[in-house]
Amino acid sequence: MLNYILRRLLIMIPTLAAISFLIFLIIELPEGDYISNQISMLRSTGESASIGRLEFLRSEFALDRPFIERYGIWVGVWPGPNGFDGLIQGNWGWSFEYDQPVDEVVGPTLPLTIALNLATILFIYCVAFPIGIYSATHQYSVGDYTFTLIGYLGLATPNFLLALVLIYLANTWFGLSVGGLMEEQFIGAPMSGGKVLSILAHLVVPVIVIGTAGTAAMIRRLRANLLDELYKQYVTTARSKGMRESKLLVKYPLRVALNPFIADIGNLIPSLVSGSVIVSVVLNLPTVGPILLGALQSQDQFLAGFILLFVSLLTLIGMLISDILLGYLDPRIRLGKEGARQ
Amino acid sequence: MSLLDIKGLTVEFRGDEGHQEVVRDVSFSVPENKSVALVGESGSGKTVISKAIMGILPAKSHITSGQILFRDNRRNGKLIDIAKLPPAGPAMRAMRGDQIAMIFQEPMVSLSPLHTIGDQISEGARLHRLVGRREALELTKDMLRLVHFPDPERAIRAYPFELSGGLRQRALIAMALICRPSLLIADEPTTALDVTIQAEILKLIKEVQSELNMTLLMITHDFGVVTNMADEVVVVYNGEIMEKGSVEDLFLTPQHPYLKALLNAVPSLSMEPEERLVPIRPIKPRTHQTDGHPHHAVNAHEFRGTTLVELDKVCKTFMFKKLRGKKRKSITTALDNVSLTVRRGECLGIVGESGSGKTTAALAMLRAFPLTDGKIFYATEDGPRDIQGFSDKELFKFRERAQIIFQDPFSSLNPRRTLNEILMEPLVIHQIGDNHSKAARIRELTDLVGLSQRYLRRYPHSFSGGQRQRIGIARALALNPEFLICDEPTSALDVSVQAQILNLLKDLKDELGLTYVFVSHNLAVVDYISDRVAVMCKGKVVELGPTRNIIDNPIHPYTRALLKAVPEPSLDHKLDFSSLDGAATSDPMQWPAPYRMGYSTVPYLVEIETDHWVCAPGMDAMHDTVGLGGSHI
Repeated sequence: MLNYILRRLLIMIPTLAAISFLIFLIIELPEGDYISNQISMLRSTGESASIGRLEFLRSEFALDRPFIERYGIWVGVWPGPNGFDGLIQGNWGWSFEYDQPVDEVVGPTLPLTIALNLATILFIYCVAFPIGIYSATHQYSVGDYTFTLIGYLGLATPNFLLALVLIYLANTWFGLSVGGLMEEQFIGAPMSGGKVLSILAHLVVPVIVIGTAGTAAMIRRLRANLLDELYKQYVTTARSKGMRESKLLVKYPLRVALNPFIADIGNLIPSLVSGSVIVSVVLNLPTVGPILLGALQSQDQFLAGFILLFVSLLTLIGMLISDILLGYLDPRIRLGKEGARQ
Repeated sequence: MSLLDIKGLTVEFRGDEGHQEVVRDVSFSVPENKSVALVGESGSGKTVISKAIMGILPAKSHITSGQILFRDNRRNGKLIDIAKLPPAGPAMRAMRGDQIAMIFQEPMVSLSPLHTIGDQISEGARLHRLVGRREALELTKDMLRLVHFPDPERAIRAYPFELSGGLRQRALIAMALICRPSLLIADEPTTALDVTIQAEILKLIKEVQSELNMTLLMITHDFGVVTNMADEVVVVYNGEIMEKGSVEDLFLTPQHPYLKALLNAVPSLSMEPEERLVPIRPIKPRTHQTDGHPHHAVNAHEFRGTTLVELDKVCKTFMFKKLRGKKRKSITTALDNVSLTVRRGECLGIVGESGSGKTTAALAMLRAFPLTDGKIFYATEDGPRDIQGFSDKELFKFRERAQIIFQDPFSSLNPRRTLNEILMEPLVIHQIGDNHSKAARIRELTDLVGLSQRYLRRYPHSFSGGQRQRIGIARALALNPEFLICDEPTSALDVSVQAQILNLLKDLKDELGLTYVFVSHNLAVVDYISDRVAVMCKGKVVELGPTRNIIDNPIHPYTRALLKAVPEPSLDHKLDFSSLDGAATSDPMQWPAPYRMGYSTVPYLVEIETDHWVCAPGMDAMHDTVGLGGSHI
C-alpha cells in the first residue's frame, strides 16, 4: 500500500507538468498579454508617458521572449532575467493588475477557498446520504417523490439566483447581511475566536447555495446506485441470517453502493471551484473564484495560471485520496488482478 | 412427527397489472430428519414457497391465506405459525438463520464481495448465539472444517472473489449451518455448479444433514438430484401441487400426467439409442414449404461422414496482464494441442467442466479469435482450406457456411429489435435476395422453428426462454449454413423446454443435412444428441469417440469420474458418494499412468478401439516397443 501511494505521488509530478503546460498554452492563446494591452490602450488615448515603464516590465517579466522560453521561465526550468526564478523556486509570479506578487494576492483567499470547499463537500455528503438512502428504501413513497421534486428544483435552479433569493430573504426576514465571509471588522484582522465564529456564520448561506445542485445530483445517484444493490442476492442472504433491516442496509448494500461516491471526491473539487465563481461574485466571497475571473478577463496570465494550477493540484490530491480510500475499502481493488477475475 | 406443516398456503403477487396468485392452496409437510424435494419448472412457485417459509418474500408478495406451522424444538415443540409473524419482526428474525436456514442457488452472487468469508459466516453466530467476535470466528472455523474447506484458518480472511464456485457454495453452506438449524432449505444448491462439484456438494449436504440431525427441504428442477437426495417429493406446477409422495412411489408409479410428462422430457444416460424425448409442449418444425435444402448442404447426404472441419494441434493461450505491480503476466492455456475432426452430417459433442476450453475450441472453428498455434481446416468446394488464411472477403463468405447458437437466449437477442428485424439482419448484411424473397425467407425460418408468423412484430421480451432460443436457432439458420456451433443452447432452459429444443435441433439436422458441434456440460444432453463425443479437461481432449462407446466404456480416469458424478433420474443408478475423488479428478498431474500429464506433457491420443481415442501420453513410449499403433490425429 505504501509503495502504491509513493508511486501515485511520483506520477503526480509529470501529470502536473503536463497540466501546467496546457494551462500556460491556453492562457497565452489570445493575442497579446496584459502589458501589451495596456500599452496599446495608452497609445490610443495618447498618454505615452508611462509606456517606457511598461516596456521595462515586459522585458523584466520576459514577455518579449518566445513561448517555450516564457513557459520555462514561469515554471523555473529556464533562466529568466533574474536567473532561475519560477514556480519550482517558490516564486508564484507577479500580478500586473494588482501590482503585487501572486502569493500576496491569492494568499489570504486560499485557506478560505479550501475551507469553503471542504464545508460544501461535507454539506453535500451529510444531506445527500440520509435522503438518498431514504428515497431508495422507500421507493415511490410520498417522501421519495417529495425529495425527487426538491432535487430536480435544486438541479434546475441556477445557484447565483438562489444566492440572490437567499440574500433578499435573509435581509428582509432577519435583517442579516449575508455577503462576505466575515464581518467587516475582522477583514484583515489576525485569526481569533471571534473571527472564526464570524466566518462559520457566514459560511452557511454560501455552502447551501453552492452545495444545492451537487446535493441534488448526489441524491439521485445514491438512490439509483442503492436501488441496484438492494435487491441483489447477497442482501437476501444477509436477511436470511435474521439481521435487522437497518443494520443490514448499512453493512451490505450501502457499503457496495458507496464506491462511486468515494471515487468522486477528486471530481467534486474543480466543479465546486468553477461552479462557485459567479456565486462568489454575487455573495462577495473572498475566494479565488472572483480573482480567477478577473485575471482571465484582463489576461493577468501569471495570476490566472497559478490559480488554475492550484485547482488542478487540489483535484489531483482529491483523486489520490479517493484512490487510497477505495483501495482501503474495496478488497477487489486492493487485491488487484485476482479481484478482477470474477 | 413433522417439523414443518404447510396448510392451504396462498401467496399473491401485487404488481402494476393487478393481483396474481403465484402459489395456490399449497399443503404439504416436512417430516423431521427427512429430506423433502420440491420439484417444478421455473415460475412454478417453488422458490416463492421457500421464501415464504423463511419470511423473506419480495415486497410485492403477500401471504393471503394458509398456515406455515413450524415446530420449535428449542421451546418444547411449540407450534409457530410463520405466516402470521411479521417478516421483519423480532420473533421471525430470531428464527431466521437460527432454526431455519437457507442455501441459495447462485454462490457467485450470494456473498457480499466486500466482506471476508469469516465475517459473513460468523455473523449468524453473533446474531443468534450472542457470542463475541473471537468465539464466533472459532465457531466459523469449526463449520468450515465441517464442510471440508481447505485451510479454514486462512479462509476466514478470504474474500468471495478469491474462491471458486464450489468453495463459495461450501462457504454458503457453512453460513447456513453455523447456528445448527433444525430445518435447512436448499434452493437449487447445485444448479450453477459443474457436475463433479455438484456431486461433492450433494454428498456434503447429506453428510452434514446426518451429522447435525437436520431436516432438509430441497428445491430443484433436476430429477437426478431428487432421486439421489430426497425421501419425499412434492411436484409443483403453476403454483399448485400436482402430486406428492415418497420418491419410490413417484418414480415407479407416477400418477399425474404432468409428472409423467416431466419424467419423459428428461434425457438420461440409460436411454435407448433410438428413444426420443417427449417434450411437454411439443413443436413441429414445418419444412415442406422450404424450397429444397440449404444450398451449402446440397450434397450433405452424399458426402456424409467425410471430414468437414479438422483441428490440427490447435493451441490458444490467453494472457492476463497485471494491472499494476510486477511485470509478470499470467498465461492460461485454453487449448492445448487440440486435434479432432468434425464429420459432415454428424453431431460432435464437446463436454467438459467450466474452464475446460470446450467453448474456446468451438469458437476457434468459427475463427472467433486468432490461434496461438496450429491449423483449422474447413472443407470447401476447393478442398480443405485453413480458415486462419481466409482473406476478409473469404471470411465473410465463410460466415454463410458456419453459424452459432448462443448459450443465453436472454442476452443474445437485441431487446430493441423485433423478431422480423432480428431474422432480417443476416440477410441484409449478406445482401441475399430482394425485399420480397427476404420476407418469404423469414416466413420459412419461423415455420422451421415452429414460431407463429403473428409474432414477427414482437420484441424479444415478450417471448419465453424456449421461444427465444428458437429465435436464436432461426437466426443462425437464416443464411442456410451447413455447419452449426451450439454453445450450451439448453443450459439456461427448463427441462421441459430443453427436450423441445433438443428435438428441434435433431429434426433440423436430419432434414437440412446440417453438421453440429454441440458444446455442453450436461452429459445426458450430449448423449441424447451427439453421434461422437470429445471430452475436454484443462484445454486438452482426453477422450474422443462414438457416444455409446464413451458412455458405456469410458477409458480415461477423467471421463470415468465425470460419468460417475452425473446424478441419474432413476432409482436404480444412485450416485456412489463414497467413490468421489474430489479435486484430483480434474488435475492432469494426479491422473494415474499412462494418463498422467506433467506441466509440459504434450497431449497424445491413442486409438483404443476403432474410432475411440484416449489421451495417454504414457503410451507414447510404450507404443514403439509394444506396437499399440498410436498416432497423432
